[in-house]
This record gives sequence, structure tokens and C-alpha cells, in this order.
Amino acid sequence: MTFINYAAREINCKIVYYGPGLCGKTTNIQFIYDKTGTAAKGKLISLATESERTLFFDFLPIELGTIRGFRTRFHLYTVPGQVFYDASRKLILKGVDGVVFVADSQEARMDANIESIRNLKENLREHGVAFDKVPYVLQINKRDLPTAVPLPEIEKALRLKNEPVFEAVASLGTGVFETLKAVVKTVLMDLNTR
Amino acid sequence: MAVSDLVLHEADHKRLAAILDRLRQDANAKVTFLIDKNGQQLAAAGHIDSLDPTSLAALTAGNVAATDGLAKLLGETEFATLFHEGEHDHLHINVVSGRAILVVIFDERSSLGLVRLRVKKCSIELGAILEDIVARSRAQRSSPVGSHAQFAEITDDDIDALFN
Repeated sequence: MTFINYAAREINCKIVYYGPGLCGKTTNIQFIYDKTGTAAKGKLISLATESERTLFFDFLPIELGTIRGFRTRFHLYTVPGQVFYDASRKLILKGVDGVVFVADSQEARMDANIESIRNLKENLREHGVAFDKVPYVLQINKRDLPTAVPLPEIEKALRLKNEPVFEAVASLGTGVFETLKAVVKTVLMDLNTR
Repeated sequence: MAVSDLVLHEADHKRLAAILDRLRQDANAKVTFLIDKNGQQLAAAGHIDSLDPTSLAALTAGNVAATDGLAKLLGETEFATLFHEGEHDHLHINVVSGRAILVVIFDERSSLGLVRLRVKKCSIELGAILEDIVARSRAQRSSPVGSHAQFAEITDDDIDALFN
């Protein structure tokens, strides 16, 4: 649900990074935080366990610039990836404008990727949002690992609606801003069509 | 997307801010602010900028969302009021019309009873304005020109420029 504030001349959008546990959602947000200038970002809030696993969400507000005289502000959220935190994932999707699905390239995590996308679809549906309609980008993370599945094979399993796909190594920042740019673009273009 | 966007005009903001300012004075509070349930700040009164309002709004919305989840587990529709007591500052959170969240930050110069009383009174006024805003947002969305006519010509170049 985009929030257009004429009083402050702002467009506010919510982007959620979704995916299975330990796929690199928080690493994406952390890299964006590290590489964004102080004036364009707010605090990075991580509600995490003592072992640094996401407990509720990570939150990073960023401001990208002006379009048509409106400041564009994006609230980036991650969900907790672990299966048993589904109630929290559902809450965080409320009011979402765009989704980045971060997939883990490792062969051993392919089932977890597929289950997480199924879970995403179901949780979106519960908020009255059709997966087919939501602005959506697929990021294939951890491409540097020796156990990474070849890209065509991953795409065949996970690319469901001809969405933009980006290979990434989020720990090094590879593909992180490309993914962010793509989701921002799909969100703003979606606004365009309403 | 199925959910209507929220469009806040200057006049709406002024009406909301006037009520929040009155509440701040009547409740002897430090800060009053109103956010939507997704964590976007709608209006505020008091010295909110010293508090990092964006983070405050996102965490408050998360707090209310988690509490809503708890309420549903217990068969309740919602827990409309939350109160967090600190050593110096206290936080009173109230869901307004099921759509927005009214937050009052106060210290020893006020009391929970006074804040609750004043919040109850102004929630009705805020709720009516919010209903207006939502109804208008919906009407604009279903109009032939759509709700965001001014954004109808966003180009790839506009978006590329955001990242340069």
C-alpha cells in the first residue's frame, strides 16, 4: 500500500526481502546500509536473537531522490526465514508494495527455496494480494559457493512469472544494488499503471 | 494490487496535526503522533524529530501488529491499547478506527489516567478524518484517471537518475 503524502511531498513504499533461513536477506540490507550515504538513510534496526538470527524483522529506511517533485522513500524490511516464524512473516507482509525473493543457490537449500516461495504466495493471499500482481524480483544469492546449482536449473525451479533475476554474492555486495534498483523500478512502474 | 493506496493531502495533514497538538497540550504530553498500521507517519505534534520518527513509527507498527496476532490467538479482535512504562518516559499506544495508531509519549508531568481520558476523546475525531481519507483514496483509485495521475509518466530515465 503506497503512501503518498502531499503535505510532505513524499512517496513512501514498503519493500520486503523474503526467503528461507540464512539465504542472505539481512546481508542484503546490511550492505545497502553500509554503502548508502548518511543523509539518505535512517537507522538500521535489527530485531534479532542473541545468535544474530532475525527474530521479527530488520528495517532500513532509505531515500533515493525526487521524482515529479516528490521525495521517494523506501522502507526495506526483511522477514525471519526460519519456518516456525510464519506468524511474524505474515505480519511483515502487510501493506507490501514490492517483494525481493532471496534464493539460496546451494543444492541442499533448493527445497527450502521452493517451500519459502509457496509460503510467500499463501501469506500474500491472506493479505488480499495476488502473487501474480505484486512487483517482484528474484535474487539468486551465494553464487560463489562450490555447491551452487547452475543458474538455468534454479531459474527453472524458482522463476515463476518472468520476473527480473539477479545473481548475487550479497556478502561481497555483488548484485545487491542491482536487485534493489529492479524492485524500486517495478514498484514505481506499478504506481504508474494505477 | 488489491489494497488501496493511502493519499494524504495538505488539508488532511493540517486537520490531523491540529488535533494532535491539542491532545499534546490537554494531556500534558511531550509528543503525540499518528501513524498508519504499516508504520508510515501521518502527522505529529511536539519535538518528534529528536526521537527518530521513522524508526519509532516502524517499531510501533511492528509492536501493534504482534499484539494483534496475540489477540487473535486468544479469540479477541484486537488489544486496542498498549502501555509501556519507562523510568522517565512512558508510551501510550492506541489503535484508532482499526486503521491507524495514536502514540502519546509523556513523563511525570502527566499521568496514565489523564492520557487515557484525552486519547479516548480525540480518537473519535481522528477516526472520522481517517475514514474520510480512506474513502477518498478508494474513490480516486476507482476513478478513470486513477489515483496517481501525476506519476503516469515516470520513465526508466527517472528511475535510473535515482541511483546515479
